[in-house]
This record gives sequence, structure tokens and C-alpha cells, in this order.
Amino acid sequence: MKIRVFITLKAGVLDPQGKAVLQALSAMGFDQLRDVRQGKVIELDLDESDPEKAAAAAREMCERLLANTVIEDYTLDIQQ
Amino acid sequence: MKSAVIVFPGSNCDRDMAMALAGALGHAPRMVWHKDVSLPDGLDLIAIPGGFSFGDYLRCGAIAGRSPIMRAVADFANRGGLVLGICNGFQVLCETGLLPGTLMRNSGLKFICKTVRLTVETADSPFTSAYDAGQPIDIPVAHHDGNYVASDALVQRLRDADRIAFSYQDNPNGSSGNIAGVLSQNRRVLGMMPHPERRADPDLGGTDGRALFQSLAKALISA
Repeated sequence: MKIRVFITLKAGVLDPQGKAVLQALSAMGFDQLRDVRQGKVIELDLDESDPEKAAAAAREMCERLLANTVIEDYTLDIQQ
Repeated sequence: MKSAVIVFPGSNCDRDMAMALAGALGHAPRMVWHKDVSLPDGLDLIAIPGGFSFGDYLRCGAIAGRSPIMRAVADFANRGGLVLGICNGFQVLCETGLLPGTLMRNSGLKFICKTVRLTVETADSPFTSAYDAGQPIDIPVAHHDGNYVASDALVQRLRDADRIAFSYQDNPNGSSGNIAGVLSQNRRVLGMMPHPERRADPDLGGTDGRALFQSLAKALISA
């Protein structure tokens, strides 16, 4: 079972990389942009067929390593 | 009186740290590989050096923070052992939860390699007792992710508990509260982004960092 993990900065945490991308896009003429936030996507391939068990394992991976929950949130996209 | 330096793949200040410790303590520290699961017996001090452990993959210090040896380091710290984390070592200590907050990309996005002026915020710790509170010192920084991120409430808590060891006089990286170095609640763990081990020998351009190692020597002798 494959799970995509999306890791994003919490609201209110300054994202200097997102800001640099925003500035570059604005300079390229994309002047409708209000903000850009940069995050990560991590694809997990688990040897597990029960979606609930797979999600529980992925959540534990996020809590213990993949996300720094001081500054980051995560969401899971479970792909059958 | 025994010390150890933890070495990860990508550590690059481990030998500088060993030199600075040997100079102050009078003996060479043990070098401990990250895959070891136990520490040498009878340690008083563990240093986690600067560098780019695991290539800064995922987040700075994240993978190193889950290395086999770090469980033993956390136990050592929780028993009241002295732990010093410099630069990447600070990032590792935040990632393991031994210190609060975290370190993010510098607010100006650039890697910063220069000597900065710090204020010693407290002399009340085993790491800073040979300094005077309020003393200005010049110590080099060399980091891309040295922006210490802490909530306003956390900064206030650290300040109230006198746990800010060093602050930047001219904040180079956007750190919350201008914090350059922070102490654990029991004051036995210090993490800091600047590199005192690079200013502990006159041949390296200055000795403002030496008092940190002398403080440790004093703490270990009186222990």
C-alpha cells in the first residue's frame, strides 16, 4: 500500500524559502500571488494491505521522524 | 573526568571539538561512532559536534537525532550528564527533544560564515561560569539553518528561567529572541549555533571561546 505524506509548515511559521519563491514568481510577472508556502512530499510504500494499519504506521513515522511537529503539520493521502 | 565526542557521517567539526576539549581538560576525549549503542563507562561530558550529519537530509539533525547512540545520549542527559551541542549538534539536540525549539533556514536564505558578536547572557551554567554575564564575545558562525524558532511564550519562559546562554548582538539569521544558545531546564545541556571551538586557540584568530571549555573543566573538576 502506498501512502503520500504531505509535510507543511504550520501557519504562522515564517517560510523564507516560500518567500523567495514568491519573490521570484512575482518578478516573473505572476502578480496575482498572495503567498507561497513550501513543503515536502514523501512517498511511502508499505508492506501492509489494511489501510487503517498502514495509516497508523505512517502517522507514527511522521510523529517520530518525518515531521518536526514543533513547526510542521502533516497529512496523509492513502492510495489503494 | 572523561569526555566523548559523537561522530556522525558528515560531522566535520569533531576533531576541532576534540582539540578544544583536550586543551582545556588535559586529556583527549573518546570519539564515539553514531552506530554504537552504548557509551564508554564513566563519562562526564558528551559533545555533539558541528557538520552536516547525513547531508542535512530531511531536516538538519533529524536523522542523526535518531541514530542508535542518541538513545544512550538522551539517557545520559536525563541522568544529569553534561551535553554540549555546537551548530549541527544544536540541531541534533533540538531534534531529539533534549532542547526546546528548532532550527530553520536562515531568514536571509544565505549560508552565513563570519565572526559575530555575542552577549554572554548568563554565567550560571557549567558551560559559561568562566565568563561574566553581559560579556561581549566574538565567535564564528557557519550555518545555513541557524534560525532558532521558538514561540513568544517559549522565548519568555527561557528568559524567565535564565536559560538563554548566548544571544546575538546583531541577529544574523532571524533567530527568535536573538537566541544563539540555549540551556536545558537542569542547565546541564547547552546547544548553540556559534563555534567556540574555533576560537579557543590564538593561532586560530582568537580565544573568546576558550572560557566555555575552561568552564567545563572547572565543572568537571569540582564534580
